[in-house]
Formats: sequence, C-alpha cells, structure tokens
Amino acid sequence: MTSIVVQFLNGLAGASTLFLIAVGLSLIFGVTRIVNFAHGSLYMLGIYIAYSAVGAFGAAGALGFWGAILAAAFAVGLFGALVEVLILRRIYQAPELFQLLATFALVLMVKDFVLWAWGPEDLLGPRAPGLDGAVTILGQRFPEYDLFMIAVGPVVLGLLWLLLNRTRWGTLVRAATQDREMVGALGVNQKWLFTGVFALGACLAGLGGALQVPREPAQLFLDLTAIADAFVIVVVGGMGSIPGAFLAALIIGEVKAFCIGLGNVTLLGVEVSFSKLTLVIEFIVMAIVLVVRPWGLLGRPQAAQRAAPTHIEPPLRAAPRGLAAGAAVLALVLAALPLTGAAYTVVLMTDILIFALFAASLHFIMGPAGMVSFGHAAYFGLGAYGAGLLLLRAGAPMEVALAAGPLAAALGAAVFGWFCVRLAGVYFAMLTLAFAQIGWSVVFQWDSFTGGSNGLVGVWPAAWLASKSAFYLFALVLCGAGLAALRRILFSPFGYALRAGRDSPLRCDAIGIDIKRLQWAAFTLVGAFAGIAGALYAFSKGSVSPDVMAIPRSVDALVMVLLGGVQTLAGPAVGAAALTWLQDTIARNTEYWQSLLGATILVIVLAFPQGIVGSLSRLGGRTEAE
Amino acid sequence: MGTRRAFFAAAACVLAAGFAAPAAAQGTIKIGEVNSYKRFPAFLEPYKKGWELGLEEVNAAGGVLGRKLELVSRDDGGNQGDAVRLAEELLSREGVSFLTGTFASNIGLAVSDFAKQKKVLFIAAEPLTDKIVWDNGNRYTFRLRPSTYMQTAMLIPDAAKLKKKRWAIVYPNYEYGQSATAAFKKLLTAQQPNVEFVTEQAPPLGKIDAGAVVQAIADSKPDAIFSSLFGPDLANFVRQGNLRGLFKDRPVFNLLAGEPEYLDPLKQETPNGWYVTGYPWYGIATPEHKKFLDAYKNRHNDYPRLGSVVGYTLVKTVAAAIRKAGSLDTEKLIAAMKGLEVDSPFGKMTYRALDHQSTMGAYVGQIGLRDGKGVMTSFRYEPGEKHLPPDAEVRKMRPAD
Repeated sequence: MTSIVVQFLNGLAGASTLFLIAVGLSLIFGVTRIVNFAHGSLYMLGIYIAYSAVGAFGAAGALGFWGAILAAAFAVGLFGALVEVLILRRIYQAPELFQLLATFALVLMVKDFVLWAWGPEDLLGPRAPGLDGAVTILGQRFPEYDLFMIAVGPVVLGLLWLLLNRTRWGTLVRAATQDREMVGALGVNQKWLFTGVFALGACLAGLGGALQVPREPAQLFLDLTAIADAFVIVVVGGMGSIPGAFLAALIIGEVKAFCIGLGNVTLLGVEVSFSKLTLVIEFIVMAIVLVVRPWGLLGRPQAAQRAAPTHIEPPLRAAPRGLAAGAAVLALVLAALPLTGAAYTVVLMTDILIFALFAASLHFIMGPAGMVSFGHAAYFGLGAYGAGLLLLRAGAPMEVALAAGPLAAALGAAVFGWFCVRLAGVYFAMLTLAFAQIGWSVVFQWDSFTGGSNGLVGVWPAAWLASKSAFYLFALVLCGAGLAALRRILFSPFGYALRAGRDSPLRCDAIGIDIKRLQWAAFTLVGAFAGIAGALYAFSKGSVSPDVMAIPRSVDALVMVLLGGVQTLAGPAVGAAALTWLQDTIARNTEYWQSLLGATILVIVLAFPQGIVGSLSRLGGRTEAE
Repeated sequence: MGTRRAFFAAAACVLAAGFAAPAAAQGTIKIGEVNSYKRFPAFLEPYKKGWELGLEEVNAAGGVLGRKLELVSRDDGGNQGDAVRLAEELLSREGVSFLTGTFASNIGLAVSDFAKQKKVLFIAAEPLTDKIVWDNGNRYTFRLRPSTYMQTAMLIPDAAKLKKKRWAIVYPNYEYGQSATAAFKKLLTAQQPNVEFVTEQAPPLGKIDAGAVVQAIADSKPDAIFSSLFGPDLANFVRQGNLRGLFKDRPVFNLLAGEPEYLDPLKQETPNGWYVTGYPWYGIATPEHKKFLDAYKNRHNDYPRLGSVVGYTLVKTVAAAIRKAGSLDTEKLIAAMKGLEVDSPFGKMTYRALDHQSTMGAYVGQIGLRDGKGVMTSFRYEPGEKHLPPDAEVRKMRPAD
C-alpha cells in the first residue's frame, strides 16, 4: 500500500516534467502548425544554460538559484523568438511540413553548439537550496524537490489558462488556433502573434529543462529523449489542447511509475518484465489512445485550413519525351560507374540508390496520397530483418531471403496501416511512429530471435553478388525498377484516385471511391517498396541492427523527401542523394560536421522553399511560360 | 562500340569527380579507425586524445618498419550501416592496412563481421560485448578492453565475501546490461548457492525514471545491490538513491562507476563505499603509468580518462603488431597478434591466441568523496587473465576459425 502511494507520487513528479516538456510544443503547433523538431533542443538548451547560470549565481543562495532558473527559461524564449523571426517566418508559405526541415537543421546545430560550449561530460547540477532533502511519507523518504515538481505542473497549467482566457493576447492565440486566416482577415498582426507564441513555447521548454537541473544531469541526448516524449504527450492529449497535454502527461507518468513498481510479474506461468516495458510504454499508450480516439484525449478534429495559393499542388503531368530520354541516359551513366574503378564511389552510390527507393516509397504516400508517415523506417527495418532472419535462421538462399524482405514489410504495413488510415494529419503520422517504435522495441529486445540490441551479423549476399560492383549493379536494377514502378503506379487509375482522395475527400466519397481502402492499399504497397530497400541495405552491410527501424532513420527519410521537394516525383531521389552525399563528405572532412550539415540544410531550406527539385522546376516552368 | 564505352566511362568520370579520391600520402603506414565520436563524446574525446599521444610517441621514435604511422579516423555517427560503409571507404579509398576502433557493441560486431568478409585485421578497441571474441568471434578480430564478463567477474570476490542473501539488480536494457546481469548471477550463484535475486529493474538506456526505480528496489528489501548503470542513468540513480536513503546500510556494486568518465560528474553526490571497476589515474604509482600520465598531461593539459588509456594502448598495440609481423600482410599480422605482448599504462598485457582477447585488466575498489570530488579511495589492479573462464569453456563458445 505504502509503495503504491509513493509510486503514485513518483508518477506525478514525472508527469509534471513531461507536461512542461510538451506544453510549449502543443501551443506552437496549435497556432503556427509548425511541427517543431527542435523543441527537444530548446529543452536541452534550458538545462545547460540553467546549469551554467546556477553555477554563476547559485552562490547567492535561494534567490540566485531561482533567478538563474528563470533567467535560463527567459534566454531560451529569446532564442526561440530569434529563430522564428530569422528563419521560420521566411518559410510559412512553403508546403506543409517544410518547416520541419528547418527545425531538423536546428537540432543538428544546437547539438554541436552544446558540445562545443559545454563539453562532452555529463553535468550534474547542485540540489535546489531549501529543497535539498527528503520528507518522510508513510515511512518512505521522498525528495522535497519532487514534491515541488508535483506542484509546478498544475501551477503552470493554471497560469497558462489565465493567460489564454483572461488576456487579449490569449484570446487572439485561441482564435488563431481555431482559424488563423480569419484572425488575419480581422486585421490582427499575425507576424507578432506567431513570434510571441513561438517565444512562449520555447520559454516553457527552457523552463522545463532548467527545472531539471536539480534532478538529472545535463547531457547531449536530452534533445532526442525530450522530443519523442513531447510529441507523444501532445498527441495523446490532442494537438493544441493544453489541458489535454496535462492529462496525457499524468497518464503516461503514472503508467511508467507503475510499470517500474510492478517489476517482474508471473502471469499465467510466464514471467513478464514490466520494467523492460518502460522502453516503449508511452508509444503503446499512444497507439491505444489514437486507435480509440483519433484526435487524442481532449483534441478536436483539425479545422480545415484554407489553402494558401502555394499550397495547391499543380497536377502531375506525364514526363515529356525529353525527360524519359534523360532518365535513360542517367541509368546508363550510372551503370557505367563501376568501370571507372572508383571503388568507394560505388559503395556510396549503393547507399544512395537504396535511400532513393526508400525516400520515394515514403514520398508516394506523403505527396500524392497526402499521408505523412513519421514511422516509415518500420518497413525498411522489417525488410532488412525479414531478409536477414530468413537467411540466418532458416538457412534460405540469399535470393529467397531477399524476396522475403518486402513480403515481411508489406505484411507489417498491412497490419499497422489498417489502424493508421483511420486517422488524418499529424495523428496519422504519430500513429505510424507509435507502431514503428513498438516494432523497434520488439526487435531490440527479442534476443534469441532478432539478436536484440546487437542485431544480426553475417547477412552477406550470394557469391555472384559478393563484389561491390556486382551488388551495385544489382541494386541499380532493383531500385531503378522500383522507382519506375512507383512512378508508373501514380499515373494509373489507382494513382489518380489516391490524389483525388487527398485533394477532395468529399467528392471522392460522392463518386463512390472508398478512400480508406485505397489508402490502406497504398500504405501496404509502399511498405513493400521500403522493404526492398531495407533488404538490399541489409545485404550491402552484412549486418542488421535495430538502428534500421529507429526514429532517426524515419526522420532521415522525411528529410530526404522534403529536401528534394514533396511536390515533385524526382524530388525524393535527389533529396536522398543530396543528404547522403552531404553527410558523407562533411562528416569525413570536418570535426563539427553536424552543425555544418545543419547549416547547409538551412541554406537549402531558405534558398529552395519548395525543395531542391521543386524550386528548380518552378524556376524552369516560369522561364518556359515567359 | 569502343567510343561508346569511352563516352560512358568519361561521363562516369565527370560524375565521380565530386567524389575524387585524395592522393595517398606516400611512405606512411595507414591504419583505419572508425568510431562514434559525436554519439559518445564523453568517452571518445579522451580516447582520441589518447591515440593522438600514442601516435606522436611512436612516430617520434622513428615510426614502424622505418615508416611513419598514420591513423585515418572516421565518425560513424553511431550508425552501424554508416560504420560499415566508412570501413569500406578506409580500405578501398584510403588504402589502410587494417581496421581499428568502434565503441557500441552492435557496431563492433558489424565491423568485425565485415573484417571477416574482407579478410582484414580488425582490432576492436572499446566494445565490451563478450560475443565479439566468443560466440561471434572470428580469426580476424582482436579486442583490447576487458569485456563485460571479465569486469563483472572482478567484482565477484568482494560480493561473495559479504555473504548477502537478497540481491537487487538494476541494468540498462540492452546487451551490455543483460550480459553483466547474467554473468553476475551465474558467478555469484556458483560461489554462494543460496543467493536470491529479489528484483530486476531494466530501465531504457539514458531514460531511467530514477525515483520510481529506486522506490521499486527499496520495496524489494534487498541486502545488496548490483548495478551496471553508467552515464546519466548512473547520476540520476545516485541522486535519487541518496535522497531516498536507498544506499544506507546496503552495499552497492556498480560496474564501470570508477571510470572518471562516469565518476567525475557525480561530484558532491558521490556515494560512499560502493564497489566499482574503474581507473584511479590519481593514485596509480607504477612507473609505466607515471610515464603515461606525465606525457598525457604535458600534451593535452588535462588528466586522462579511461578512454585515453584505451586509445593510447590501441596505438601501442598497432605498432607492436606491425613490428612483430615485419609486414602489413594480413596473415602475418594475425599471426603476430596472437600472443602479442604490449606495454600499456597498466603494465604488460597479452592478446591471447585462444580467443583474441587482451589480458588488460581493470582497477577494482571502493569509491568515496574527497575534496568535493568522487575518487576511488581504495583500489587494486585486477589483471584480465585472472578473470576469464577456463580455456575449455571458451573453446566451446567460440566457433572454429
């Protein structure tokens, strides 16, 4: 009984932490519709700045300490305002989600900046003055600071409620959350509203980080941990709903605490480790919530945005004859590559081809079908594991194992997709992410079958593909065929129907197109293509580890598609080549390669707000018209 | 036909121009090194400083085989697929003679298997996984650091001496933590058959919910605790445990917690009397360590971490192996590595012919607070060879070459 009460309190303290991480993200998304990947980085900046500030002013007693915490939050808010004014404001007119690229670049740059400024060592701050001990609750010692944290969550929630409901600024923010075009039409200066909201959101993230100084060390992985948690909380609660975020944080905080409290339990003769379940529990909760409530606990269906003129996609046109000839020449040039004897170029190009197919498979549902997936790596990974497992565990020949990859991936996509297509927008994206994480946690923990965290080794191709050139040509044929097939399908009736479903669901319904079924079929189909890429990847590396289906791989695919241009068909391939090549070149030649890669992406984002191919072809189109 | 082929070759050349290979510096012996510098900087920045120092020493003394030694280093960003690609790049473009490095176990195993496929030597510097020399061992791979099993075994004598019956275990939920836990349970049970393991907590790496974990352990009322946490998880666990009084009158054994990388961040929070494996650079009085310490401080204006020792010893290993082989031929290098003796800052160590594991040991002892910093207050060196399973057992685990 005692331990249940204490674990409940632990859950509450955890919930406050989660709420502070997430609430700013929810606020920012509600108003600006920006999916801010850098929110975790803001949180991380908060804890690092607070660590230094506490070091500088902490000697001045409690006042210095709490002053330092608030100063850190304020500094992060200021940084957020700068980011909004200097970067994001320039790209609000870009296609949906393009801002995500800019925030991804920021993640890379902030990470390197923190490493440069604070060094690689974990930094554990001092305990909070006045709250540095423990009180006894039912005979158990409980840290005073954790009690304080329990109070902070509701206090921040209350203050935000007052701000949003009792001030003019708050009224405008709520209005913008519901219909930002109308707010603009009524003469409200949206620019400053957006800047203000972004700064407030950043400030809250910074506060969340700063308040962790007495609890956990500042370290370089907080950005990724925090961003995943933040997204889960925001989506479970309902995007843009602040009470929802609080409720979600409460549920997840408590579920985690009780999983840990339960530890190992024997159920029906099988030992279940609830402690190990904490690896993925928040994603399981998210999947359940989204399946039952498609807009989160307290969310409402997203208000339809009136599309800005740039948001309306030009219809796809069949490639002109010249382009087809160009593609043929390109294929021949690529086929001749091994003749140059540049062995490493062949290896790098193999990676690029594989990622081009992977990115194109994501683009197929993201662009023409309008379904953004945050968990596309699941099918890449299922392809890799499907092939690797059949080869190693069943002793199948490589050719058979290779075919098993896309089958496994398609099967996975069919199961997950059945749930996902019921959702729309960011909720769809987050459900795909939840399933990807659940899949990842299974391969990560199933040691006897998937090799657990070490993965599989010895996944080498058959003798006739052992040479890198042979494998490259093989990948060229498969990926080339895959790309061509994806393109061909888009110009089939199926492809037209998908695009119709994206552009006008209502009219589709009226003429008898079952959109959900089409989307499910598309999701399964691209799963298979991602699976081909994954299986090829496994054989090109000789090993598979859980990385192949982890979040960074999904993010890479998103970045590739957006970098190339989501409204073009060649975009994903160009984006894949650009990102892979950039990363390879920069990482080999510079020490702070992450920040340089981030800066390069940022430049591309600002220079090509439609993606590389999108912007170039727009430029080309204009000259033609003139 | 000929012209067409030439045309395509030319076109491909243009395409490849962007990837043009740098001209190889003549005369140096190039060794490839792949590691996750940006992913694990706390360990790998000191490691890099260590191999830089080692390299300067080797080259100041005239290099090896009359040539200068060069380490061509690459950052894989913690991604196993990228690590394999970079290993490929080092071999095919940089023309390195063999491969070294890696930190995470999954990457170590992947590069090890790649080395086997390519038939080149690979010296795994950091990975702790037992599998790299045992279950997944191959004739091309050698490993420098004492493994998870060895370091766990080093703690067993002290653990068994305490005669505690109820043990709680906490470990990061991935291969390293699982192996440490399995080895600890097996070895302690062998010494003390009536031992009970009352709870096992496996928080995700880097994401421990320390308050709840500490409470759950306290609820199981253990007599002692075995932990293999490190990094931020360790710091979180220690602070919550201190606040909640978990460590009062309970001995705690924590793998790796005496390494400066993980001990230094604890500062005031350092618990008293924990049994750990680690590296007390401030207290080792042997002449070989003193020499290393002075040189390192001179060169880098900083004190060494355990990573520094590993990086430094890696270069010494490379140099010794090439010298003994008298050539850069893979077969000769492998023959040289088997039974190779190397002078490390920890004294002489040997790469065993049996399983390619080095006999580098670790310092074992207890930690405490001194001048506001965590230090190992008492310690002894445990040589690696004392803490390996019997040869017959090793042979059974390791696949035939």
